[in-house]
Amino acid sequence: MDMKTLLGSRKISRQGLARRMLGIGTAVLLGSLAAGCDSGDKKGLTVGFSQIGSESGWRAAETKLARQGAEQRGITLKFSDAQQRQENQIKAVRSFIAQGVDAILLAPVVSSGWDEVLGEAKAANIPVILLDRQIDTPNVDLYLTAVTSDTIEEGRVAGRWLAGKVQGRDCRIVEIQGTVGASLVANRKKGFEEAIATAPNLHLVRTQSGEFTRAKGKEVMEGFLKAEAPGSICAVYSHNDDMMIGAIQAIKEAGLKPGTDILTVSIDGVPDIFKAMADGDANATVELAPDMAPRAYDILLAYRKDHAPPPKWVQTPSKLYEPDTAAAEYARRKDLY
Amino acid sequence: MSAVTQRLKAARPQLALLAVALLVNVFVAPGFLDLRLQDGRLFGGLIDILNRGAPVMLLAVGMAPVIATRGIDLSVGVIMAISGAVAAAGVNAGLAWPVAILAALATGLVCGLWNGLLVAVFRLQPIVATLILMVAGRGIAQLITEGRILTFTEPHLIAVAGSTLAALPLPVVLALAAAGLTGLLVRATALGLFVEAVGTNPRSSRLAGVHTGLVLGAVYVWSGLMAALAGLIATADIKGADANNAGLWLELDAILAVVIGGTSLYGGRFSIGRSVLGALVLQAMRTAILRAGLPPELNLVLMALVVAAVLTQQSPAFRPVATRLMARLKNKEAQA
Repeated sequence: MDMKTLLGSRKISRQGLARRMLGIGTAVLLGSLAAGCDSGDKKGLTVGFSQIGSESGWRAAETKLARQGAEQRGITLKFSDAQQRQENQIKAVRSFIAQGVDAILLAPVVSSGWDEVLGEAKAANIPVILLDRQIDTPNVDLYLTAVTSDTIEEGRVAGRWLAGKVQGRDCRIVEIQGTVGASLVANRKKGFEEAIATAPNLHLVRTQSGEFTRAKGKEVMEGFLKAEAPGSICAVYSHNDDMMIGAIQAIKEAGLKPGTDILTVSIDGVPDIFKAMADGDANATVELAPDMAPRAYDILLAYRKDHAPPPKWVQTPSKLYEPDTAAAEYARRKDLY
Repeated sequence: MSAVTQRLKAARPQLALLAVALLVNVFVAPGFLDLRLQDGRLFGGLIDILNRGAPVMLLAVGMAPVIATRGIDLSVGVIMAISGAVAAAGVNAGLAWPVAILAALATGLVCGLWNGLLVAVFRLQPIVATLILMVAGRGIAQLITEGRILTFTEPHLIAVAGSTLAALPLPVVLALAAAGLTGLLVRATALGLFVEAVGTNPRSSRLAGVHTGLVLGAVYVWSGLMAALAGLIATADIKGADANNAGLWLELDAILAVVIGGTSLYGGRFSIGRSVLGALVLQAMRTAILRAGLPPELNLVLMALVVAAVLTQQSPAFRPVATRLMARLKNKEAQA
């Protein structure tokens, strides 16, 4: 009986010892890794970036510019692709905290559920900058600032351009929305409607969802062309360029000339819409600037220098491009996306 | 009674549904049924439905035999994306267009073979076996397109969706030809019977001498091929391979089309023609919703309501109720 107990406890303690040794080993390994990082880059900053994924060309461009911008500024970038999952992003942020980075960039895949992990970052004194999307939290002190575009303003810019383009002429507009339910869609719609509300000659006659894809954009535009009297559509507004590229094909297949017979204005500024503009098939696009990370780096560097907190929301410009610069802009962008 | 009239009689519910869906279209857009011939191609609402419905028609043609074996193929939407990516990457890499198209179709065959292997040889449940490709496949397509929408200008590849044959858009011809060929394969030979036997009772059909493994494998390979053809059409239609969105959720449309076509998910009897009608019913309803000018927030709700109504009407539990209602109506008419 005694012997058995003894053996049993020895077994347990052996397991415990093994576990402890493993733990020590890991700690030493991690410690040396961390030390390696520190000694390797004493002067430059280390920034962790938790990206949503690579679901679109725009997202890929944002990542590419994040890497380029970090290199130009001597920043060591630790990049993590969350593959559209919040739990991966939370893990990434925790691992950035454990690695003792100087700042964290976060492009949040969803808007809620960040309070706990951002609280941990705050406790570790690591500033967090949100990229491209905002989050819902009662405590805005959890992050330093959010660098995003003003999606309502994007719609306004598109609407104002159209109002200026048609002057006083009567114009029946059709709208191709993004996926129903996204806040981005509601905002791009709202901004556009605000801008055209001031011009009584502009009428939004039809709106339908093209789910942000080329194929659906084409199908929806085909429907518009069939449902409206021939030649009565004066302009099409699309919530993104991809749907517009589909719509342009539908207009062409209906025997009309996009850009001339039907004016086009869309949002995002992806390379293919610049190509369409250079070819005379499209009229305007409002750029959603993909250089959000480099802007965040500059805010961060300024903040570390003079310790003045930046505004809670830094808006990226919503610049409108027209065919005159399209060829050059296409050449500038085609390798980025 | 001749075989044709018998088939038409069996397809009465689907034909009635299609008629209703088309009537809704006429109500939404007067002049919907008008057909006109211009530059050797027919134009009109009916042609639009056939043309837009071609990819799901093809998927349904491949899906019907799979479901008849008590299986399911969740990977067809993804196979569309992969085959489109292969074709686009092929012509952009300088391959001749017939080679690129053959490569895309071969990709579909290989994907189907993979599914068939998992189901027929490794005995995985079909829903799990095809889920593997459904989950991983978009990644494969994205690797091929490097995450971008791969656009191309090869005129022959674009012609897969953009040209005309016998006054009809080529996708329509391809879909109808594929349906005809498949129908012939399963009904002019004993193949259809084997498929239904495997679906009804795999054990007794094996004992009766049917090579169940071969039959199971073949239906998935065929489904893969049909999906690859649908992928070619979808890619040619937008002159670009969109790995993220091509064929997205279309496997569900295809399953729904087959179910509307009267094939049970428990396997057994199936019909290619009625599955194609099912796909057309779905597309006709979608076209009506898109053209009705209703707020887009209602799209999915309306679709769900219609599908629910269609499927309850087909359910065996509903039939006695319907018959009684009809009888009562007739009685009242007689009294009046």
